[in-house]
Amino acid sequence: MLTYILKRLIQLVPVLFGITLACFFLLRALPGDPATLLLGARGGPEEIAAMKARLGLDLPMWRQYVLFLGDILSGSLGRSVVYGQPVISLVLERLPATLWLVAYSTAIAVVLTIPLALWSAVKRDRAPDILVKLVFTVLLAIPSFWLGLVLVVILAIWVPLFPTSGYGTGLFSRLHHLTLPAFVIALATASLTIRSLRSGILNVLGSDYVTTARAKGNATARTMRVHVLPNALISSISVLGAHTSWVIGGTVVIETVFALPGLGSLFVESIFARDYPMIQGLTIVFAVLVVLINLATDIAYALADPRIRLD
Amino acid sequence: MSKRRLDPTLLVGLVMLLLLALLVGLGQIWTPHDPFLVDYGNTLQPPSARHWLGTDDLGRDVASRVMAGGLVDLRVALICVMAPALLGIAIGALAGFVGGRVDTVIMRITDVFWAFPFHVLVIAIVGVLGPGEANLYIAFLLVNWISFARITRGEVLVLRELEYVQAARSFGSSDTRIIAAHILPNAVTPAIVYAMADVVLTILAVTSLSFLGLGIQPPTPEWGLMIADGRQFMFDAWWIATAPGLAIIYTGVTFALIGEGLDTALRPKG
Repeated sequence: MLTYILKRLIQLVPVLFGITLACFFLLRALPGDPATLLLGARGGPEEIAAMKARLGLDLPMWRQYVLFLGDILSGSLGRSVVYGQPVISLVLERLPATLWLVAYSTAIAVVLTIPLALWSAVKRDRAPDILVKLVFTVLLAIPSFWLGLVLVVILAIWVPLFPTSGYGTGLFSRLHHLTLPAFVIALATASLTIRSLRSGILNVLGSDYVTTARAKGNATARTMRVHVLPNALISSISVLGAHTSWVIGGTVVIETVFALPGLGSLFVESIFARDYPMIQGLTIVFAVLVVLINLATDIAYALADPRIRLD
Repeated sequence: MSKRRLDPTLLVGLVMLLLLALLVGLGQIWTPHDPFLVDYGNTLQPPSARHWLGTDDLGRDVASRVMAGGLVDLRVALICVMAPALLGIAIGALAGFVGGRVDTVIMRITDVFWAFPFHVLVIAIVGVLGPGEANLYIAFLLVNWISFARITRGEVLVLRELEYVQAARSFGSSDTRIIAAHILPNAVTPAIVYAMADVVLTILAVTSLSFLGLGIQPPTPEWGLMIADGRQFMFDAWWIATAPGLAIIYTGVTFALIGEGLDTALRPKG
């Protein structure tokens, strides 16, 4: 197991390096001019030149990349133009809200996904399967920001069960505040994960050992409990892992709708403030978050399924 | 040969698409009211015989704006899927067919892009370029090709080993001909199916960006923008944000059903 974890950690290095390269070239090589955008109509040619020098945009590309890499390796991730602070200190301030939201929505997605996928797979092509498929096809097509607004009106204003925005303090209040936003993200995630897990379970149901278990005269309930469910739970780990990036992307919009003090709302604020170093730093942070969560799910998956780590 | 029947899911999707196209097309030549006409004497009116879906905070007719706004969202979503799809299919076919170092480099690039959450990358690019329709195209072109490249490469890897391709090679067909005549027509099927699902996700992404103020800019009628407009009136005038929201869902379901139906219809039997 240790070898597996070590192997995965070593594989991480080139990916992280690639992330810095991709982020740099996507955001710098584009024709946009952050200094002009930042100053807007106020900027004369001198101010623009000064801002370019401040952001290091007057340097040759390779030097800009070296400086950028230096900012990342030093841990500061650059300095925010708007806040005048290192990007990392703002990231650390806003990270908890996003992690809470990701964890909570993942938990809700698991609770929705596993039973519905099982039900759907067992009743394949019959009414329950078609119903689940239909409901979640519609749910997938619902814009999350719109669903968020609708749920606020229904469950926070008409029937005041939940707060309309904010983050709360203490475990209970926090979960209470995050329920609506987490639920919205979870519905969108579940509409993708239920489908993947359903086909995973169908594979298990069609496999030889399940046929054998049935042939031996095991009752359906026992076959499900002993042979199908554990494997379904294991594959749900990888199915959810594959959608991490989707969940994290979803937080950007949802945090803005619910005014949550997370990385996503900071990201959108930075875009409007034209805080270029912040945009860059946050893009890296989001990608690293995805990579780390994927790593964690891969390790969890390997722990649960010996076939993976011995591969 | 047995008579081929149209898959029922595909049929429903196509009928819904036809209806959508008719409404959106009609919206370009005729709407119940002028979608841009501001009427301060007539703001926040609930749905009525005169204004089927009510009016917004500037007194503009919501139904007319939903009809007119459809064209922008459909155009942007379709271009934001089709252009990257073509690019991704070409890159994926190249990687799969040439193999070796070219394949390794292309796959490493897609691995890295894969780590970035889709929304984050698109928002970051639009943030650097500035909002607007043209910049949406650039952002989606840079981000959306990845899945198509991965899907097509996987298909090509399988197909190029199949007997009929080997046979074509032994007849002395050129690489270009093998790719164009034998591999691509079969390799693009999963990419086409995926493209339909991708239209659903892209419509959501485009309307999200407009909702955030980073996509289509006012006063263009656009569904995401209309929801952003209606946001502050959710309680007093729910119809402003409800109608465009339902329009997005209808469009998404349409393409999801077509994707689903195509998947069933095109998947090789046996």
